[in-house]
Amino acid sequence: MPAHLSARLCSLALSLFLIAFTLPALAGPFEDAVAKFANDDYSDTDEAIGVVASSGNPLAFPIISALQDGRLMADPDSKKVYVTGADGKSIDAATGQAVASVPDSASAVRLNNRLRRSVDAALGSLTLQSPDVGTRLQAAQSVFKSHEETALEAVDAALAKETNRSVKAALGDARAAILLFKPDATEVEKLEAVAALKGRGDQEALALLTGMGDQPASVTKAAASAIGSIQNSLAVWSMVQNAWYGLSLGSVLLLAAIGLAITFGVMGVINMAHGEMVMIGAYTTFVVQEVIRTRYPGLFDYSLLIAVPLAFVVAGAIGVLIERSIIRFLYGRPLETLLATWGLSLVLQQAVRTMFGPTNREVGNPSWMSGAFELGQITITYNRLWILVFTLAVFAILLAMLRYTALGLEMRAVTQNRRMAASMGIATSRVDALTFGLGSGIAGIAGVALSQIDNVSPNLGQSYIIDSFMVVVFGGVGNLWGTLVGAFTLGIANKFLEPVAGAVLGKIAILVLIILFIQKRPRGLFALKGRAVEA
Amino acid sequence: MFSKSTHDIAASFSRRGVLAATAGLVLGLASLTGAKAADDTIKVGVLHSLSGTMAISETTLKDTILFLIDEQNKKGGVLGKKLEAVVVDPASNWPLFAEKARELITKDKVSVVFGCWTSVSRKSVLPVFKELNNILFYPVQYEGEESERNVFYTGAAPNQQAIPAVDYLMKDEKVKRWVLAGTDYVYPRTTNKILEAYLKSKGVAQEDIMINYTPFGHSDWQTIVADIKKFGSAGKKTAVVSTINGDANVPFYKELGNQGIKAKDIPVVAFSVGEEELAGIDTKPLVGHLAAWNYFQSIKSPENEKFIKAWQAYTKNPKRVTNDPMEAHVIGFDMWVKAVEKVKSTDPDKVIDALPGIEAKNLTGGVSKMLPNHHITKPVFIGEIKGNGQFDVVWKTPGLVAGDAWSKELDGSKDLVGDWVGKKCGNFNTKTNKCLGSGS
Repeated sequence: MPAHLSARLCSLALSLFLIAFTLPALAGPFEDAVAKFANDDYSDTDEAIGVVASSGNPLAFPIISALQDGRLMADPDSKKVYVTGADGKSIDAATGQAVASVPDSASAVRLNNRLRRSVDAALGSLTLQSPDVGTRLQAAQSVFKSHEETALEAVDAALAKETNRSVKAALGDARAAILLFKPDATEVEKLEAVAALKGRGDQEALALLTGMGDQPASVTKAAASAIGSIQNSLAVWSMVQNAWYGLSLGSVLLLAAIGLAITFGVMGVINMAHGEMVMIGAYTTFVVQEVIRTRYPGLFDYSLLIAVPLAFVVAGAIGVLIERSIIRFLYGRPLETLLATWGLSLVLQQAVRTMFGPTNREVGNPSWMSGAFELGQITITYNRLWILVFTLAVFAILLAMLRYTALGLEMRAVTQNRRMAASMGIATSRVDALTFGLGSGIAGIAGVALSQIDNVSPNLGQSYIIDSFMVVVFGGVGNLWGTLVGAFTLGIANKFLEPVAGAVLGKIAILVLIILFIQKRPRGLFALKGRAVEA
Repeated sequence: MFSKSTHDIAASFSRRGVLAATAGLVLGLASLTGAKAADDTIKVGVLHSLSGTMAISETTLKDTILFLIDEQNKKGGVLGKKLEAVVVDPASNWPLFAEKARELITKDKVSVVFGCWTSVSRKSVLPVFKELNNILFYPVQYEGEESERNVFYTGAAPNQQAIPAVDYLMKDEKVKRWVLAGTDYVYPRTTNKILEAYLKSKGVAQEDIMINYTPFGHSDWQTIVADIKKFGSAGKKTAVVSTINGDANVPFYKELGNQGIKAKDIPVVAFSVGEEELAGIDTKPLVGHLAAWNYFQSIKSPENEKFIKAWQAYTKNPKRVTNDPMEAHVIGFDMWVKAVEKVKSTDPDKVIDALPGIEAKNLTGGVSKMLPNHHITKPVFIGEIKGNGQFDVVWKTPGLVAGDAWSKELDGSKDLVGDWVGKKCGNFNTKTNKCLGSGS
């Protein structure tokens, strides 16, 4: 690759100037290939990518990267192709000369999945010596994936110069992958390649080894043993993975149930509208994001932090309103409470459907909630990790609140003995309203987190209400710790059952187990004395 | 879209109220004067859920029919009479569909019904339409294996969606290993049975097919996505064929995006994900995943552009999307109007006999035809998801594909045909030359 490519981040204008003088104006294979981009035909585009990438032309990198980003414009009438820069300036892709404007008839060259793979492979070998470590690493990884023989030379050249350890390792893997599939590689080279892939030990290495086709006997044998050892280590990792998934599912269950643990667990109100409080929290997040998108786009990454207190206030206020207007007249009448709150849940759903429409609303993930990282051989997604952390934080704060604040003390007092609490001067009806508001507010907070992994639609709450009751009843009514243990037990049990029994049977099995468990211990894991028990 | 749906319901209710009053008045006058009380409107039933889990998809179809009726009335109605919509809400409750269908036919005396989404709701109303002899236009892609005299299927049969999509993946993406993932109910199960038989007939081995079912509204996809990743790392090109329905799609695609499964590695082709479903997700991580439909909003044709413009003006929402089942209603409605005008009557028997053979323009530049098996001819498109929530058509069938009521891939149905013109039978066995009669 010409040296000045490595300075690709330099000003576009300067390189254009150089290119304009170094390129011959005559049409050659490169110019013909570029013109093919204008045909709007996938196989022509594929061919053009190959020719352009291997042309050694300094324009190859800008063209291919523009193609990847949808910035390569082609005019079907004049067969002219243009590269538009991120800054809005455009050049003629065949000659490199700057053009004043791209004609209106030009449209971005279209890609399909096959072409995206070609583009990745081409960009990989073009950017193996980029000055940026991240780009180099990505390049090495895409060469590993495409493992095309033509890239071997570039990999060897890059390997000789590379100083960064992780890039070097990735380049070594890429080299091994290429050699494994190269028909004329020596047996020694292939054995080394198998050993390198065995060292890598992940699913991609496994894929290469199982799919390598006909090889010399010694290589096949080495590969078989490598496959065996990778599969063994992956089996261990899959247990770790199940445990992690279980924790993650448990945290979602806990988050959804924690508000119910207060309204149902502590107060004894069978609150069927609990799920709708979660939904209201999710819609609050949507509204916050809408406002941020239209007014302050820079704040998007903080949208969830802003939404959490708002969701608590909105859902909490609605909770207090419901308690004051409906539930307080129904204390001690569980059946009427159940019916009234169920009706209320339908009213709330329809109200939201009327205000926001029946379709899903898009709640975006902030950048720190997107993507994943690798821990050993398992993938941990950031959104699940943050939800786990968030759930534990909410749980800790709630516990501290019940333990150390005056309101918490009053709540516990009213729960344990209402009449005595009243005679000690506690305004029990005020405490009732605040407790219900607290439970609802926490459900609202749960909605903020759940909006990150689920649909934001009027039905959001319905899917969590059964699970929430299950967790609270299983854990022991009236005991927050029971809810915590119950949620994680159910989550982990579910995730270990799912790979064996499938998602549908797994869920049924969990329900059957809970029914059996409740037969044996009607008060759940941790039974507690309280108003709910006395009632 | 804000508050649109209830507004419409309220409007139609009040319209009904006024109409009932007028009808009463007319009746009273008629009895006084002895003049005949002519029906001055033709009633069209709309049987789509406006609340409950399916409201997310069906509300749009209700709006579509109201829009089509509005357009038709602007052109002077049908047979010189105005059309009048009767909207009911079966609330995603399958038995309620049957009740509401009965109410539409016996109480409101509708001439035709446009409705249903899920197969279970269609199965629930079938006996009502048979017993009361009325017409149902069903606009959604479904599992096939059915051909009823009173039902016209304007959505895709499996050979108009699933099979061409698999063909595309096999030929163009060189897929060798298949994950068939679906929601656990009749449509995915039947479709996957057909696909499994089809793949095996093409030489795919049993161990290269993974079938997975999940409950409705499944939201924790971690394990399944990890399984797909694992299944895809066996050294053969892998693709996912998704019959996952409704709300479960959003978390599924989010998990795919987060776990870094890119379309260029393991493409997902979906049969139930359209523009409407994508409106609820950030589609950037999904670019390149596929969907197979008979219509995409992004298809450029004069009919489509005109339709989208009129639809967005009608809904007063310049961002309102269009989708495949909507197009099916557009075609079905047009066919019904043409059939009624042909026989100059709304009598169901006459219209049912007139419908096969009727042609109507579809929105993608072709002409669809109603077949004797009550299915229609449709083009099949494969679209890739773009960053803006629309689809880019990457492949299409050379011409229109005729819908098969009975799948040729399944042993139980490969000899059956539906023919309501010659044989007057929905499940005629061509081997034994016998009609199996009712009870499909």
